[in-house]
Amino acid sequence: MNLTLYVWRQSGPAAAGRLEEYRAKDITADMSFLEMLDVVNEELVRSGREPIAFDHDCREGICGMCSQVINGVPHGSQEKTTVCQLHMRHFHDGDTIYIEPWRAKAFPVIKDLIVDRSSLDRIMQSGGYVSVHTGGVPDGNAVLIPKADADTAMDAAECIGCGACVAACPNGSAMLFVAAKVAHLATLPQGRVEAARRVCVMTEEMLKEGFGNCSNHYECQAACPKGIKVKFIARLNREFIRAQLKGGKDT
Amino acid sequence: MILDGKCPSGPISEKWERHRHEMKLVSPANKRKYRIIVVGTGLAGSSAAATLGELGYNVEAFCFQDSARRAHSIAAQGGINAAKDYPNDGDSIFRLFHDTVKGGDFRSREANVYRLAEVSGNIIDQCVAQGVPFARDYAGYLDNRSFGGAQVSRTFYARGQTGQQLLLGAYSALSRQVRAGNVRLYPRTEMLDLVVVGGEAKGITVRDMVTGKIRCHAADAVCLCTGGYMNVYYLSTNAMGGNVTATYRAYKRGAFFANPCYTQIHPTCIPVTGDHQAKLTLMSESLRNDGRVWVPKIRGDRRPPHEIPGEERDYYLERKYPSFGNLAPRDISSRAAKEVCDDGHGVGPGGRGVYLDFAGAIKRLGEDTIRQRYGNLFEMYERITDENAYKQPMRIYPAPHYAMGGLWVDYNLQSSIPGLFVLGEANFSDHGANRLGASALMQGLGDGYFIIPYTIAHYLAQSGPDAAGTGRPEFVRSVEETEASIKRLLSINGSKTANEFHRELGGIMWEQVGMTRSRESLENALRRIPELRAEFWENVRVPGGEEDLNQELEKVGRVADFLDFAELLARDALHRNESCGSHFRMEHQTEDGEAVRDDANFCHVAAWQFTGADREPELHKEQLSFENVRLAVRSYR
Repeated sequence: MNLTLYVWRQSGPAAAGRLEEYRAKDITADMSFLEMLDVVNEELVRSGREPIAFDHDCREGICGMCSQVINGVPHGSQEKTTVCQLHMRHFHDGDTIYIEPWRAKAFPVIKDLIVDRSSLDRIMQSGGYVSVHTGGVPDGNAVLIPKADADTAMDAAECIGCGACVAACPNGSAMLFVAAKVAHLATLPQGRVEAARRVCVMTEEMLKEGFGNCSNHYECQAACPKGIKVKFIARLNREFIRAQLKGGKDT
Repeated sequence: MILDGKCPSGPISEKWERHRHEMKLVSPANKRKYRIIVVGTGLAGSSAAATLGELGYNVEAFCFQDSARRAHSIAAQGGINAAKDYPNDGDSIFRLFHDTVKGGDFRSREANVYRLAEVSGNIIDQCVAQGVPFARDYAGYLDNRSFGGAQVSRTFYARGQTGQQLLLGAYSALSRQVRAGNVRLYPRTEMLDLVVVGGEAKGITVRDMVTGKIRCHAADAVCLCTGGYMNVYYLSTNAMGGNVTATYRAYKRGAFFANPCYTQIHPTCIPVTGDHQAKLTLMSESLRNDGRVWVPKIRGDRRPPHEIPGEERDYYLERKYPSFGNLAPRDISSRAAKEVCDDGHGVGPGGRGVYLDFAGAIKRLGEDTIRQRYGNLFEMYERITDENAYKQPMRIYPAPHYAMGGLWVDYNLQSSIPGLFVLGEANFSDHGANRLGASALMQGLGDGYFIIPYTIAHYLAQSGPDAAGTGRPEFVRSVEETEASIKRLLSINGSKTANEFHRELGGIMWEQVGMTRSRESLENALRRIPELRAEFWENVRVPGGEEDLNQELEKVGRVADFLDFAELLARDALHRNESCGSHFRMEHQTEDGEAVRDDANFCHVAAWQFTGADREPELHKEQLSFENVRLAVRSYR
C-alpha cells in the first residue's frame, strides 16, 4: 500500500515545529508501524536528508520508549497496543496519517517526535519505591500475600511508563502513572508501611513537574497500552485522603 | 598466557563464604571518597548502582535510553530461577549448580556457577521485599513453573513480564538512591571509550546523545553492565539499541574478550516475515510447559494444522528427548527445529517454522487457565501475526537471543584490566556454551546485588581513592580520538545506509556463523566480513552533524563496531574445533546429530587480546577443571 504521512518535524527544543509531508511507498500489511517509518527513513538517508527522529527500543511493547500520537491518538487507535506493536494491516492503501509527538507541558520536545520524559523519573525518585536496603530481608514466603492482592498489584505494576496517559489527558495529568505505582505498592504488605508518605510526595512532585490534575475524562485509560484502569486513580484519591487525615507526608 | 580465574580454594560450598571473609573492606566513612561508574541500567547495572549507592559510594550510572527503566532486561518474559525448593520436588543449591553446568555443556567456571546458585534464593527474597508482585497461589505462597533443562519447578514469575517487574524493582531501588544523592544518572548518554591510566580503568568517554558533546568521567572503578551483542546478527530478539560498543571498545583498550562464539539461538520466536523486518520477537520458553512442538511427518504437507491427524504429526522433541520432552534445553531444541525444517517438514512461509500447539492443554485445562498463564503472550502473538493461537497452533522458529560470551572476568568479576568490572550478560562466566532459561535474570541480579558490592571493595581498598580527575593526558587523548572517529564517519558521505551494512553483516553471520558452523562456512565469513568492512569505510552515508541528536550517527558507530567484532566471533568459532552447547561444528557430531565435545583439547575458556587494528588477536586460555561435576556427555534423552 502507499500512504501519505504528515510528520511533526522540529529541529530542537527552542525551534518552531511544523508538519511535513512524506510518501510511504510499497508498505506491506505485516510491517509494524515503526518498520514503515524505517522504510521512509532509509529513503531519506539515501537521499542525504535527515531522517525523522523518534524514540523506540524493544519493539515488543514493553520498554515504553516509543511515543507517537497517530491521527490524534497516543499509540494509535488499536486498543492496548504500543506504536511499535501496531501493524500496518490496520491501515489502507491511500490513507493519510498524521504523526506527532506526545504533547504536554511536562514533556518538552527534544527533536521531531522525541520528547523529554525525565519528569516521570523524578516522580519515581520522589517516592516510588519501598525503602529497603539490599540484604537482610526475610524469606520470600515469610509474609503471605493473598492471591487477589498479588494480582491487583500486578495489574497496576504493568505500567511501562510511556506517558501516553499524559499525552491523552486534556489536563496533561500524570495521575494514572502515579496511581499505578501508588496502588501497586499500597496493595502489598511490603509497600503498605510507607503508603501514606508515598502518595503525598509523589502527587506533590507530579504537580511540581507541571502535570495537571485529574478531572475524570478517562482518556488515559483508553490510551494506555497496558490497559491500566482508572480505578487505580480512585485508589490514589482514597490513599491521599487517608494520608491527609493522618497528617500528610510526615506521618 | 595461561589465565587464572582466581577461584578460592577449598570445598565448593565454602569458597564464597571464605572468600568474603578474606576480601578487604572499605570502611563506611571512606566509601564516600570513592567514585564508581556503572554503564548500563539493566538488571545488572541498576542493581549494582543501587546497591553501591546504598553502601555510600559515589555512583554515576549511564544508559543510552531516555530512562534507566527501559533497558532490555525489561523484555524478559518467563521467569527467574532460584534453588528455593518450595515445591519440595528435589531441588537444592547443588542441583541448580549441576543443572547449570550441564546445561552450559561443561564450559563454565564451576566456582562462579555454584556461587550464583547460592545467592539465587536471596534474589527472590530481595525482590519480594521491594514489592515485586510475583505470582502466588491461593494460600498466598510464591508460585513456581518449569523451564528448560531442569526436572524441577524452580522458576519464579510475574505473569509473562518477569523481567519487567524485576527491572522495575531494581529501578525503584536505583531511584531511591538518586533522590538520596548517592547515584547520579546520565540517561541518553552512550559510552564510547574506556580510559585506562597506568594499566587501570579510571574512567569513560561518553557522548551526550542530545547535545552531541563528547566528555569524560573519571572514577576509581568502572562496571560495564552493557548486555550482549546478539544484534551482530542484525535480526535478533534484542532491543534495537543493543550493541557491542562498550565491551568492544574496552576490548580495544586491553580487556580480553572470552568465548564470543557462544551465541544462543532461542527456539521459540515468531518467524521472519520479510526483508523490512527490524527485529524478531520471542515467545517465552514458559510456553513449552503446556505447548507441544510438532511438524507434519509428510514433507511439504500444506494442510492446515487441524486437518493433520495425530499419527501424521512428528512431536520430534518428545520423540528424541523423552525424559525432557518439550523442555529440552534451548540449543538442542533450536537445532532440532532447524533439522526438521532443513529436512522439508517446516511449516508456514518458506517452510521456516514449526508448530507450538496448545490444543491439548486447552482441552485438558480449559482456555481460561491457558489465558491466565500466557494471555499477554497470546495477545502479542496475535498482534504480530494476525493469528489466534487459542484456535490454531503458533508458528515458531529459532532466533538469535543471548550472548554467553563476553568480556573475560575472574571470580571477582574483574576483567583483565584492573578496576574494570563486568556484570551480567556482558561478562562470560556463568553459562558456559549454553544458558538455561530463566538464568539470565538470576545472573544479572546476583552479580549486581550480592557479588560486586563485596568484590569491588576488595579492589578499592587496595588502590585507595584517586582524585586526579579528567585532566590527565589519557582522558584528553581519549576525547580527541573519539571525536576524530566520529568526524571520519560523517565525512565518508557514501551511498549506502548504516542499516544496509548492518543487514548485510547479519546475513553473513546468520548463514555462516549461525546455528551450525563448519570450517568452510567460517573461513567464508572471515573472508567476507573484512570486505564488507572495507566497503563500509568507503561508502557509508551518515546525514546530519555531530552536535545534535543524530540517531544515524549513533547507529553507524555501533555498526562499525559490529563489523570489527563479527570477525572476532567467527575467529573464535573457527578456533573452537569441537561442538559444545550452542556452538555446533558440523564436523563434530554423532550419527544422530548430537554435539561432540573435545574435552582433551577444548576444555578451556578462549580469551582474546586485541593487538592492533590490522593484526590478529592473541589467544589466551583459562583451563576449566571440574571437581564437583563429572564431565560427561550431556544427555536429555
